Amino acid sequence: MEVGQMQRQWMGYMKSLFMEGFLDGQFLQLQQLQDENNPEFVVEVVSLFFEDSERILKDLSFAVDQQSVDFKKIDAHVHQFKGSSASIGAQRVKNACIAFRNFCEEQNIDACRSCLQQVKQEYIHVKNKLETLLRLEQQIVAAGGSIPMMEWN
Amino acid sequence: MAAAGEIFRSNLTELLEESHSGDNELHVLAVDDSLVDRKVIERLLKISSCKVTVVESARRALQFLGLDGDGENSDIGFDGVKVNLIMTDYSMPGMTGYELLKKIKQESSVFREIPVVIMSSENVLTRIDRCLEEGAEDFLLKPVKLSDVRRLKEFIMRGEVKDGEKNSLKRRRSSDDCSPSLSTTFSPMRHLCDPPSSLFSPLSPSTLSSKKSRL
Repeated sequence: MEVGQMQRQWMGYMKSLFMEGFLDGQFLQLQQLQDENNPEFVVEVVSLFFEDSERILKDLSFAVDQQSVDFKKIDAHVHQFKGSSASIGAQRVKNACIAFRNFCEEQNIDACRSCLQQVKQEYIHVKNKLETLLRLEQQIVAAGGSIPMMEWN
Repeated sequence: MAAAGEIFRSNLTELLEESHSGDNELHVLAVDDSLVDRKVIERLLKISSCKVTVVESARRALQFLGLDGDGENSDIGFDGVKVNLIMTDYSMPGMTGYELLKKIKQESSVFREIPVVIMSSENVLTRIDRCLEEGAEDFLLKPVKLSDVRRLKEFIMRGEVKDGEKNSLKRRRSSDDCSPSLSTTFSPMRHLCDPPSSLFSPLSPSTLSSKKSRL
């Protein structure tokens, strides 16, 4: 596949991620922070996000499984996750976290457990999407092309 | 109108940057317990030509500043670390950003003068007011954007140039689109604000516009 084709494929994929609400404008902000001096910035932040998320999800699973549930602790973890997903632009994960926090406030453990599943699902979804997107970017760059700048209005 | 404002601002920045001899770089101390946010804020600041030190807690921030009351105080070889701005997350385990702000403002004049900006993912009016009352220069809603950092930098650099000049800029700008009731609670910086941030980031309202909607 030649560069132009790859770039168009990338743009199509990006557009779909936005249309489907997986990503929001914050992701574009991150792309703007990448340049020739920091060509790996987005990959680095996304990797940190994955690393951080796995840790938080582990802590969350542990917390909701406790005999006596500490809702404050759960809320603290979800708050963290909400923050990091917002910083990446992972909109659906962020929204799932917001819903989760509401149930923490209500101290509804069943709803919390179900929210955790939701959040996990959304995380796995966006992880797959981002990995695909970044792979496409890698291919473009390897073929000597550059990643298009996108605007989202 | 917005375009003209932008041109004026960027010319002024160039002017200010030229007038600096050498020590042009702002040194910013950023404090955040989030791994991801530390990475992002560091990049935001570096891309804005700032020297950056990022730490993960308020304790570490105090240590870095030499304010951790270890007895090993600041006078010893404190040629040091000149920090032009502190940006701290609000919600952190242990000491919060708010507590860090209070600590700094309670210090001797050198440290008290360092502008402190609070960052938070939560748009809570009482929180914002409390921070501003305690002397925070500004309150930024997370995720922090490049436009936020640029505006901050301009504000700080104006301060570094001349205090009087800064005040006259404040007065000139106060007729901007900020409503009167906001001017009492917002720091002067808000009067230097960009035109509605919707022109730059349609999806993320600035503190200003969200505060407006709350009123």
